[in-house]
Amino acid sequence: MSESILDIENLTVSFDDNEVIENLSFSAQKGDVIAIVGPNGAGKSVLFRAMLGLIPYSGKINWAPKLKISYVPQKFNVEKDFPITVKEFLQLKSKSRSDIMSALKSVGIATGHHDNHHLEHHFLNQRVGWLSGGQVQRVLVAWALLDHPDVLLFDEPTAGIDVGGEETIYNLLKKLNDERALTVFIISHDLNIVYKYANTVLCLNKKKLCFGSPSDVLDPQALLKLYGGEASFYAHEHK
Amino acid sequence: MNDLFLQLTIAILIGIGAGYLGSFMVLKRMSLVGDALSHVALPGIALALLWNFNPFFGAFTVLFAAILGVWALERKTELPSETLVGIFFTLSLAIGILLVPDHELLEALFGDISSVTIADLLITLLSVAAIVIIISLIRRGLTISTLSKDLAKSMNISVDKINFIFLIMVSLIVAIGIKVAGTILTGSLVIIPAAAAKNISISISKYTLLAALFGAIASIGGVFMAALWSLPPGPSIILTGGIIFLATLVFKKF
Repeated sequence: MSESILDIENLTVSFDDNEVIENLSFSAQKGDVIAIVGPNGAGKSVLFRAMLGLIPYSGKINWAPKLKISYVPQKFNVEKDFPITVKEFLQLKSKSRSDIMSALKSVGIATGHHDNHHLEHHFLNQRVGWLSGGQVQRVLVAWALLDHPDVLLFDEPTAGIDVGGEETIYNLLKKLNDERALTVFIISHDLNIVYKYANTVLCLNKKKLCFGSPSDVLDPQALLKLYGGEASFYAHEHK
Repeated sequence: MNDLFLQLTIAILIGIGAGYLGSFMVLKRMSLVGDALSHVALPGIALALLWNFNPFFGAFTVLFAAILGVWALERKTELPSETLVGIFFTLSLAIGILLVPDHELLEALFGDISSVTIADLLITLLSVAAIVIIISLIRRGLTISTLSKDLAKSMNISVDKINFIFLIMVSLIVAIGIKVAGTILTGSLVIIPAAAAKNISISISKYTLLAALFGAIASIGGVFMAALWSLPPGPSIILTGGIIFLATLVFKKF
């Protein structure tokens, strides 16, 4: 029924003889929302970088042919004093005004009844560094959507996003997933998000510790194994 | 007067090139690279003085070699190369000081634009034109890779190549800047106008433009100040830049 979009077989990534990812295999179907969870340093961001071909690895990473993959990195250095406006930032990827407007519409920034003058002055000509955490994420997702990708790799920032803002960005990703059959990979630190939005979860701590639907595989034992004592709160919640 | 016009033209050109290039150096957090690199140029200047050829070529050759070293180091290791660079650069300053003939040392250290020739004008014009054109061509990739190296790589931008080209441009501006400000002060030619422009710019287009403009204004102010009160032009230009920086602080955008 569903077509395979990614097959990873025996993926191993090492830095200086130190294995960061060990023998990882899994596959993803078109339209999946796959959450990757695990403690700090578990190799989650490294997995993304390997999937993008940015670092050397052994094993196989096979994407379906002719895919457009967009990436929102975790480390994104738009400091407060970096002089670049939202418009200039988006134009780094696409010069087309209509593409930019439609991407902004997709992320809920440019709505139909928003008048253009307001948008131009209060948003497009603002410094990216002055936006709130939630707004920056929307702009980053808009940036990622600009070339109409089939796959989105979203490395969630660890801090700086208010809870309200976080909620909406995931609603948005879910909406895009529904509307465009966009396949989404999210590195998430928030297990509530995973339960709510992902149809598949990959627990990663160097090795694959669980893989499947969140409600099936994220049981207290799996979490204990994944996080050790760290996730006792979540473990209790699901007893 | 003719002499003053020549000085002024060269100083303005260098101000524009240093300001424009400096705006990207400041964004890339390379503010002090220009400073360190200008020290490396000293042995090259010394050899040029000893063998009697234009110091620009001596400085550029040595700088180019140093850039290759830094670039290779950056690629090979993800380690901060500060210590190695610090040692390497101060060593070349020491070697340079030992090599430069005594009576030329002051000029090599602090620059002397009053001794410029038509040949210097030509070299400066060609170098600044090359810098402005080449940086304009790579500025998209340069900006994206400054924001995020991984993001740039995921978009198939060759970050290593862009950084290499950028470093060559840095060595070029330092090699011509030394004529004005010498090995000690050249670093501030690239930092000050950009830092001032950053204070009052929201957009990157305005920022890079203002940096080039402030570089030019600092040069004009400095050259006239020097002519008026018989001061050395190099330090005068840098002081003028400092005044511009202080003025922009008043209007700083938070």
